[in-house]
Amino acid sequence: MTPAETETIPERVEIHAHHHPRLVHHFESMEQQREAGTLGMWWFLLTEIMFFGGMFLAYTIYRHMYFDAFADGSNVLSIWWGTFNTGILIASSLTMALAVYHAQMGGRKRVVLFLLLTILLGSIFLRVKYIEYSDKFEEHVFPAGDFRWPMAEKPGPPHNVGQLLVMLVGFHPDEEPQGPAEHGTSIKVTTKYAERGPYYGVAGQIPEEVADPGFAGHVRMYFWLYFAMTGFHALHMIIGIGLLFVLAWQSWKGKFSREYHSYIELTGLYWHFVDIVWIFLFPLLYLVDRHL
Amino acid sequence: MSEHIVEKSIYYKIFGALLVGTALTVGAAFVNLHNFNIVAALVIAGIKASLVILFFMHVKYSTRLTKLFVAVGFIWLFIMIGITMTDYLSRAWLTYQP
Repeated sequence: MTPAETETIPERVEIHAHHHPRLVHHFESMEQQREAGTLGMWWFLLTEIMFFGGMFLAYTIYRHMYFDAFADGSNVLSIWWGTFNTGILIASSLTMALAVYHAQMGGRKRVVLFLLLTILLGSIFLRVKYIEYSDKFEEHVFPAGDFRWPMAEKPGPPHNVGQLLVMLVGFHPDEEPQGPAEHGTSIKVTTKYAERGPYYGVAGQIPEEVADPGFAGHVRMYFWLYFAMTGFHALHMIIGIGLLFVLAWQSWKGKFSREYHSYIELTGLYWHFVDIVWIFLFPLLYLVDRHL
Repeated sequence: MSEHIVEKSIYYKIFGALLVGTALTVGAAFVNLHNFNIVAALVIAGIKASLVILFFMHVKYSTRLTKLFVAVGFIWLFIMIGITMTDYLSRAWLTYQP
C-alpha cells in the first residue's frame, strides 16, 4: 500500500460509521441501492417475458392453424379447477403484497405470517395442479407416450364446489363405482369435432372415410403446449416457494428492517410476475370455445 | 425520492377487482361472441395484468427508468407476436397455383 492510500483509510472508516451496515460500497445511498435492485429484477423479468413469450407465440400460431383441435383439447380441462386455482393464485399475490407492505413498515412477525400464507396458497395451487395432471395422465392425453384421442372416459373433474373441496383433500368421490377406465369402452365426446377424431395410434377403429388422421395430432399439439406452459409455470412456483421459505426464515431471524428489505420486495416482483403468466394462461388454455 | 408505501386498502381493492375480472372472463367464455371471445378474454386478462403490474408490483410509484423497462419488455413481446402473425394470418390471402 502506498502512503497515500493508507492515509485515506481512517476517513473511510469514518464514512462507514454513518451509513447503514447493509449499504454496499458501490452505492451512495440505501435509496440508490434499492432502485438498482428493482431495475435489475425487472431486467431479469424481461428475460422471463421472452421465455414465456416464445411459448405464447407457438400457442398463438398453432391455435390459429388448428383452432378446432384446440377447442376440443381445451374442453376436456376442468374449468372448476382452473377457476379455483386462478382465485388461489390471486389471493397469494395479495398476501405477498401484504408481506412487502409489512416489511416496509418494519413489522417482523407479520412479514413472516404473510410469507407463510403465501407459501400455503402457492402449495394449494400446486396440489390442484397435481390432481389435474394425474387426471390427464389417466385419460391418456399426456402428449408423450400413449396419447389417445378421443379420450377415454374417467371419473372426471369436479362438477361443483363441494366435489372440488372434497377432491382437494385427497378423496375422489366417484372413483370406486366406476373403476379404471377401459380404453375404447366409452368415449368422452366433448364437442362436435371430437367425433371426427381417430384413436391416435390405434388404426382401424374408426372408418377410414370419416377419420381425419391429422386431427388427433393437432389435439396432441394442444396438450404439448398445455403441459409445457403450465409445467414451466409450476416450476416457477416451486422455485418461488423455495425463495419464500428462505425469506421467512431470514425475516424471523431479524435480517430485514424498515430501511432494508429489498429481497422481500424483489421476490414479491417475481411472485407477481408468475401470477401474471397464469392470468393469461387461464383463459388461453381453459376457456377456448367453451360456449359450444 | 423516498420509498412509496401503498395503502393496504388499495391492495384489497385490487384483489377484489382481480376476482371480479376472473368471474367476468369465465362468464364471457360461455357466451358465443364468435370471433370476439378471444378479444374479450385477452382484454380482461390485459386489464388484470395491468392492475397487478401497476399496484402489486408498485410500477405506478416507480421511477421513470423502471417504467421504461417494463414498457420495453411488453413492446418487444408484442412486436414478436405481432410481426409473426402478420405472416401467418396473411397466408390465406394468397391462392396457391400448382
